[in-house]
Amino acid sequence: MTPVTRAEYCVIACAEAWRDNGEVLASPMGLIPSFGARLAKRTFSPDLLLTDGEALLVGLDGTTEGWLPYRQHLTMVTGGRRHVMMGASQIDRFGNQNISCIGDWSRPTRQLLGVRGAPVNALNNPTSYWVPKHSRRVFVEKVDMVCGVGYDRAAAAGPSAGRFHRIPRVVTDLAVLDFATPNHVMRLASLHPGVTVEQVRVATGFALHVPDEVPCTREPTAEELELIREVIDPGNARAREVPERAAA
Amino acid sequence: MTADEVVSRLTSGMTLGIGGWGSRRKPMALVRALLRSEITDLTVVSYGGPDVGLLAAAGRIRKLVTAFVTLDSIPLEPHYRAARESGSLELMEIDEAMFMWGLHAAANRLPFLPVRAGIGSDVMRVNPGLRTVTSPYEDGETFVAMPALRLDAALVHVNRADRLGNGQYLGPDPYFDDLFCEAADAAYVSCERIVDTAELTKEAAPQTLLLKRSSVTGVVETPNGAHFTSCAPDYGRDEAFQKLYATSPYAEFAERFLHSDEHAYQSAVQAWQKEQRP
Repeated sequence: MTPVTRAEYCVIACAEAWRDNGEVLASPMGLIPSFGARLAKRTFSPDLLLTDGEALLVGLDGTTEGWLPYRQHLTMVTGGRRHVMMGASQIDRFGNQNISCIGDWSRPTRQLLGVRGAPVNALNNPTSYWVPKHSRRVFVEKVDMVCGVGYDRAAAAGPSAGRFHRIPRVVTDLAVLDFATPNHVMRLASLHPGVTVEQVRVATGFALHVPDEVPCTREPTAEELELIREVIDPGNARAREVPERAAA
Repeated sequence: MTADEVVSRLTSGMTLGIGGWGSRRKPMALVRALLRSEITDLTVVSYGGPDVGLLAAAGRIRKLVTAFVTLDSIPLEPHYRAARESGSLELMEIDEAMFMWGLHAAANRLPFLPVRAGIGSDVMRVNPGLRTVTSPYEDGETFVAMPALRLDAALVHVNRADRLGNGQYLGPDPYFDDLFCEAADAAYVSCERIVDTAELTKEAAPQTLLLKRSSVTGVVETPNGAHFTSCAPDYGRDEAFQKLYATSPYAEFAERFLHSDEHAYQSAVQAWQKEQRP
C-alpha cells in the first residue's frame, strides 16, 4: 500500500474523538470529521448515531433508523447524548472558539457564520474542534467573539456553565491538541508523523503546553486504511481538504 | 388571500418572524411581496437565510434577531455580510437553542425560559439586556433567562394547507414554523397548494399537520413560493439560481427579478433558466 497521507492521519485523529462514546450522536462538521465519524462507527464505535445531514438518522448503508428534526437535535445537545466536532475560525489556549465574526463585533471587518449553536454545544455536550489549516490566524491569543466557551470562561461563569463542559480534543492538519493540563491550557497531545514540535509552535499564536515527550498520532490499521480509501472516501476528497505538503 | 393582501396587513416598525431555516423552506414569495411594498424599519426574527439577505440589502431591517445567516451550500450570505460590515443593522445575536426557547416562551405566554446556553460566551457581552435566573430548587444553578420572542406577525411556507389555515409539511423537518405561528399575534402561511381539508390526510400521516388553524390568520397559495430555497419533497434548492443571487449586486438582481409581481418573478426565473441551457 502507498504511504499514509497527512489527510488520512487527520481522519484517524478525528475518528479517535468518538472512541468509547457509546450510543450518542456523532455530529461532525466538515469533510474530514465526517470521514472520521464514519470510520469510528465502522470499526471501534459501532453504536454511534449518524444523520444524513438533514433530519434523518441513518445507518452506514443509508437505512433510516430514526427522525431527528432540529428541535430534537437540540435536545440531544442539552441532554448530553451527542459529541460534536465543530470548526473554528479562531481558538485560544483555553478552547474559546469563534465562528461569528472577525474584528469588532459591532462592525466586523469580516462577518462569518454567527454564533450558531456553539454556546449551547460547549456547555452541554462534548465539543471537539477541527482546524484544517493550523495557523496563527486561527490559534490566537484572544478570539474576537467567544462562541464556544473555553475552560477559563466556563469556570468563571459558575457551576451551571462548567457542569457538562468538556472539550475532548482539537484536531488540525499538524497535530492533536487537548486540555489535559492542571489549569486546562491547550496541550500538544500528538504530532502527525512528519510534523515537528517547532512547526506547531510557529503556527500557534500563543504559548502551547508541550510535554517532554510528544507521541505521534497513531498509525491506521490496514483495515482502517482500506476502509478510508475504498469505502468511505474513494474519490480522495480528503486530499482536497488537507493536501500533502512537501516534506519539511 | 394574496401575498400582497398579507403585506397590506403589515406595517413599518413591526417585529416579524420568518420561518424555515437557512436556505430551506423560506416564505420567499411573501418576502418578495414585502420587498415590493414600502414597509421598512422591521425587527426580523429568523434562523436566517436569503430572506434576511434580501431584506437587509433592500434596507428594510432595523434590527435582526438571529443565531446565523447562511445559504447552506454557500456558507456566508453575501448581502447580510455587507450589511454587517457596513454597520447598517442592529443585531441581537443569540444561540440557536436560545432562539428556540425564546419562541417557546412567547408561544406559551411566558416572559422567559431558562436555558443552559449563552453564559460564559460573548452572547452575554453583546446582549447586555440578557438576564440570568437562579433555580429555586436545591441545585441552585444559574441559567440565562431567555426572553420571549413575541412577534407581531409570522410568515411561514409549507407544502399544503387548507383554506382554514391547517398547514402541512411533507419534508423531513418542521423547523420551528409552528412555534413562529404560535408566538405571533398574526400568522400568515404561504403554501405550494391549497387543498380540501380531507385531501390533507388522504396520503399523508396526521403528524404532518404542523400548523393549526387556531394559530393561523391567513393562507396564500404561492406555487414555487419558497424558490430558490428548498421545499422538499416538492422541489429542492435551486442551486444555480442561488449562486446567481449570491454573486449578483442586489440592484442588478432586483431589477431583473423583483421589478414586478410574483408571476413576473417566476417568469423571469424561467427565462434565466432557459438561457442557461446550451
